[in-house]
Amino acid sequence: MRVQFILGEIWVGLRRNLSMSISVALVTMVSVLFLGLGVLAQRQVDTMKDYWYDRVQVSIFLCTDKSDLPNCSAGAVTDSQRKEIRSQLEAMKPLVKNVFPESQQQAYDRLKAQYKDSSTYREITPSQMPESYRVQLSDPTKYDVITSAFMGAPGVGDVQDQRRILDPLFNVLRGLSLGALGLAALMVLCSVLLVATTIRQTAFSRRRETGIMRLVGASAFNIQLPFILETLIATLAGSVLAIGILWALVRNGIGYLGKQLPINFITTADVWTVTPWLVGAAAGLAILTAWLTLRRYLRV
Amino acid sequence: MIRFENVTKSYLRSTTGRHRLDDAGSKPALHGVSLEIERGEFVFLVGQSGSGKSTLLRLILCEEAATSGNVLVAGRELSRLPRRKVPALRREIGTVFQDFRLLPNKNVFGNVAFALQVLGKSRQAIKAVVPETLEMVGLAGKEKRLPHQLSGGEQQRVAIARAFVNKPLILLADEPTGNLDPTTSLDIVRLLDRINHTGTTIVMATHDNGIVDQLRKRVLELEDGELVRDQMRGAYGGHR
Repeated sequence: MRVQFILGEIWVGLRRNLSMSISVALVTMVSVLFLGLGVLAQRQVDTMKDYWYDRVQVSIFLCTDKSDLPNCSAGAVTDSQRKEIRSQLEAMKPLVKNVFPESQQQAYDRLKAQYKDSSTYREITPSQMPESYRVQLSDPTKYDVITSAFMGAPGVGDVQDQRRILDPLFNVLRGLSLGALGLAALMVLCSVLLVATTIRQTAFSRRRETGIMRLVGASAFNIQLPFILETLIATLAGSVLAIGILWALVRNGIGYLGKQLPINFITTADVWTVTPWLVGAAAGLAILTAWLTLRRYLRV
Repeated sequence: MIRFENVTKSYLRSTTGRHRLDDAGSKPALHGVSLEIERGEFVFLVGQSGSGKSTLLRLILCEEAATSGNVLVAGRELSRLPRRKVPALRREIGTVFQDFRLLPNKNVFGNVAFALQVLGKSRQAIKAVVPETLEMVGLAGKEKRLPHQLSGGEQQRVAIARAFVNKPLILLADEPTGNLDPTTSLDIVRLLDRINHTGTTIVMATHDNGIVDQLRKRVLELEDGELVRDQMRGAYGGHR
């Protein structure tokens, strides 16, 4: 068939079936939106993990004479204990990537810098702050190797992994992402059913045209093509709207948060990265649904 | 051009909720029909309602497959024709119905052009062929009318133009005069006769005894799915 003729038929079809076409576009928009939110939330978790896991360290806090930790009953850490810990850490390379010793004064300075406006820590003196080794690992997930090696060792008060502070946050984000993907699955099911119903109804309302096409010897492909293209156009319109909303959300919503919080957020570049996948999935599913429905309901 | 070799067609009937061949209760739509229609013939297919006329036409169009026997149309054995080759067969066959089956939102030109457009013919070809065909069926000057602005006879002429515009080898007409008055009916059959003179084979199923008696063409009569008469220059009711 000639392109101009097909376009003409599609235009007439879309106009005649306007309310159904709009509903297909809107339901597709909502499903792609949820799908996009789910995928973007996943990317957010990954972005934050990459950023934070590079920076998180395992802290080995050493005993001070004032610490009340059970392992510090023998008093403050001695020089020989300190050397022993240090050499043990050196022996654990390459898992141990870097070791930064932090003195009581440095710990005090950092605390002051972090909470300079807070009155809570005003009374604190450097001697109350624990001395520590901050250990950066080449593989942050192998935290327990350090814990089991140093927990309870002479002179060590406590071993803390900063990941434990971040993990609940990641879990919440992951939960949100899974929730969005779950809703997306439900909405995708809705769109598939709606597309199938729409095509069934359109095929019925156009049975006279398709009957004539069949009689004069148009191929099955030519008879089905306008239906598939109409569905595809409605689906693409919905997907484009969804991508627009995602872009606006990331740019204005998350962009704003990014300025307020010292966290790495996803950017509109991430939206563009997932766009081809989202649009491709929506279009592929629409074509597949249309084709299967036409096989069932359009005699060719 | 068309050959039936001992063709039987039974329909699946649902009796106990399951589909099965009900050969005990009712007769098949066609039973052991053998016939041959040569290129360029004009054949009337007569018989009462339910005698199998429409089934015979549907088998020629490959809308349905015969239960047994062979149907050969335009050199093709239909039982061996793959589905994807059915459209090519239908391009050799034009079809006209009692209820015209025009597209109400397209004008006369659009209705005839539609048959060529869906086959991918170029605009120039369509512009050349459609007016020529409309002139042949006597509708020159009425290209822009919509179907509801035409009389029954004129609507059937549009349908015939649409069936013939692609210059098919065979033209099947299923009760084409069923909705028309006697004078208009005769005009329509005369038009089919003119098309027949261009070399197109015509098979016309009809109830119209006046027309069959007047034209004296070959008559095939079906009764309860069986071919009971094949007569050259026949009349509707047999030897009269």
